[in-house]
Amino acid sequence: MTSLTVRFAAELDGFSLDVSFEAPGCGVTALFGHSGSGKTTLLRCLAGLEPRVAGFLQVNDEIWQDDANGIHQPTHRRAVGYVFQEASLFPHLSVRQNLEYGMKRVPASQRRVGFDEAVALAGLPDLLERSSIHLSGGERQRAAIARALLTSPRLLLMDEPLSALDERSKQEIFPCLERLHNELSIPVIYVSHSLKEVARLADHMIWMEEGRIRAADSLQRVLTRMDLSVEQGEEAGAILEAKVALHDDRYHLTALDGRCGRVWVSRLDLAPGSPARVHIPARDVSICLERSGGSSILNIWPVVVEDICEHSASQVLVRLRCDGGGDAPRLLARITRRSCTMLRLKPGLAVFAQLKSAALIDY
Amino acid sequence: MPLSETDIQAIWLTLRLASVTTLLLLVVGTPLAWWLARTRSWLKQPVAAITSLPLVLPPTVLGFYLLILLGPDGPVGSLMQDLGLDTLPFTFPGLVVASMIYSLPFMVQPLQNAFAAIGNRPLEVAATLRASALDRFVTIVVPLARPGFLTGMVLAFAHTVGEFGVVLMIGGNIPGETHVLSVAIYDHVEALAYDNAHLLSAGLLTFSFVVILLLNLLNKRSHPEMFR
Amino acid sequence: MSRELRFFVAASLLAVSQALWANSVTIAVAANFVSPAKAIAEAFEKESGFTVAVSSGSTGKLFAQIVHGAPYDLFLAADSRRPRLLEQNGRAVSGSRFTYALGELVLWSPRPGYVDSRGDVLKAGRFNRLAMANPRLAPYGRAARQVMEKLEVWGELRRRLVQGENIAQTFQFVASGNASLGFVALSQVYATGGSGSFWKIPSGLYQPIQQQAVLLQRGKESAAAGAFWRYLQGDEARKLIRGMGYGVVMEGLRDNNAPE
Repeated sequence: MTSLTVRFAAELDGFSLDVSFEAPGCGVTALFGHSGSGKTTLLRCLAGLEPRVAGFLQVNDEIWQDDANGIHQPTHRRAVGYVFQEASLFPHLSVRQNLEYGMKRVPASQRRVGFDEAVALAGLPDLLERSSIHLSGGERQRAAIARALLTSPRLLLMDEPLSALDERSKQEIFPCLERLHNELSIPVIYVSHSLKEVARLADHMIWMEEGRIRAADSLQRVLTRMDLSVEQGEEAGAILEAKVALHDDRYHLTALDGRCGRVWVSRLDLAPGSPARVHIPARDVSICLERSGGSSILNIWPVVVEDICEHSASQVLVRLRCDGGGDAPRLLARITRRSCTMLRLKPGLAVFAQLKSAALIDY
Repeated sequence: MPLSETDIQAIWLTLRLASVTTLLLLVVGTPLAWWLARTRSWLKQPVAAITSLPLVLPPTVLGFYLLILLGPDGPVGSLMQDLGLDTLPFTFPGLVVASMIYSLPFMVQPLQNAFAAIGNRPLEVAATLRASALDRFVTIVVPLARPGFLTGMVLAFAHTVGEFGVVLMIGGNIPGETHVLSVAIYDHVEALAYDNAHLLSAGLLTFSFVVILLLNLLNKRSHPEMFR
Repeated sequence: MSRELRFFVAASLLAVSQALWANSVTIAVAANFVSPAKAIAEAFEKESGFTVAVSSGSTGKLFAQIVHGAPYDLFLAADSRRPRLLEQNGRAVSGSRFTYALGELVLWSPRPGYVDSRGDVLKAGRFNRLAMANPRLAPYGRAARQVMEKLEVWGELRRRLVQGENIAQTFQFVASGNASLGFVALSQVYATGGSGSFWKIPSGLYQPIQQQAVLLQRGKESAAAGAFWRYLQGDEARKLIRGMGYGVVMEGLRDNNAPE
């Protein structure tokens, strides 16, 4: 389901932006790229905060901008929620007044997010009457998220909402973002330069470089694209969606079932059936031609070699497709070039992937 | 020693002049300060310089040019006459116009600084929260720039009360119309009526002190912390 | 500049000014008399070899400065009251006071033919505003008021009067066209080339505007100050003064204690 259509082209103070992509009308789309790649500029264009940039923007069935046909809604007429990098609460208003600021400006008939709902989601019930200048960084950012939600946006834009926060504050916000993801059906565009954040939160990914789109696809597919993976270096890896299957209390392990098969990880404190997202770094995946019996490695899956790409002078990156046809998840393995030659790996070869580690991302 | 009737009249006239001037300056100065704080036009620096001119120009220079400009032979004066209006020198409206020009920087500069200190971010935030431009100005800019408004108004008022050179040049010393406090004090001093001069001067001094003190106290209390 | 050099320059300047002081006279002149004073000073310098420094300001300000110890040798006021006060409180040399000029009042308009030679324009009253100097502060203002009172138009014209703080400002009101006509000094009309139209007010309509001078205590011992004080009373100076639109007191009628 494609519900966000975006085209912008502009020359801005020595920076050229030229993007065209579509994104799903639900879930979290990560807008990823290094600093200076134009992520924030693109986000500001979506919100109408760059009035000089012409282009086309359709959100679901509404056209917000179509300069060729003289349509250019100003920011305050676009049903966007925008969470800035710094929380930017209004210092002259209390937390409650901040939350109500946007809500009051949306007609009651169009409000789809309840005040109590947003307050609970952001964990703010005890802070409402405080002055906004006396909140911690994490509290401020949570209030800003709730404030944006209360305008019942059709598109929620978040510009690195975690980057200005310390680790502890980030841990406060993550649950809030995840509840947002799971409980509200508002499409989110989430700007980040941290793969870790993206891997944890996003369903869809737009990879930007120098004002242009390099990839726009599901998180899975973007992360296992060879050209992009090579650039990620040590961070290269795959993301797998799974569910908690069972716990083995004797060995203190938990089994997760995904589309590639079962994966054992260290004991998790999650009820069976809970969703979990797993990151499998390429450096921790090895390849063997037969299912080896005497291995210390618990997780061994049958896979098919799909693509091989040079990673460095001594190493190659191999993309592996799990059993289950064309849209089955992919894994990445980083092995030596020597091993690749010795094993005679080539696309189409059926092999086994050994997962030395699998880290749960979510908790 | 009681105040003479002329002196009381001068005090009232001065307060009236300062109030009218301050209110009109608020109306004129706010958009000007807003424009100066936000524009990237090349005109910004020239306009800012013109606005600040009364700070450095001797009031008599200003008064002299106003006398010529507003007089019946001057461009403004002849235009007014063509429109069937009275010329401005020697009238209360004339003093208001002169005081507005003279006190303009005292209103505009605090406002401009206050507006600039707010920055763009709160306005962008408010726009994403559905606030229109006017709404943003009223609900965000005005409360955040409150110390600037307070300072600008008090300074413009106090500066108009203390204005002398310009009034001297275009006032014509008409009781109840242009005979303001500072001119009254000057007259007393020139006429060697030091007792009357002392009375009015001490009053003006006390007034100015109280105004500045109140301003500092109020601004200390209402100054919002930096926008975070 | 090095510190030594700076000290040297400062020291030399001090020395030069000391030397100048000995051969020079500093006079405080009422603003309306600056041009004649400079002309007289120039002629005096040529004749005597002394140098003259002229400071000017309103009579009231100069008076206040002198009372507070300003370094003037001679005071040329625009009235007789301030010199007399200085004489009374001992800041001026007793008996040195004399009337150096008589102010001549005229009713003037920059428009030719506007003011008639009898001042009927005042009675006709077909004008917008009439400028005069503040009668409380300026001798010319007081004289103007006396004239209007004598002509019995004071009550009628009062509402159309605008007052300058001094006679220079009054002239400015009229010259800029903001007042149609005004009572100004003849010397001002002369100084600007005598353009427009004016009525020289008969001296019987107002008490003489005596501009008096006194020798100040600081100038008592100064040869230069004494010389200038005498020169100001001489024929050369009187001719210059008359040529610039002032009257002078007839020789022999000079009355140092003329009543106010």
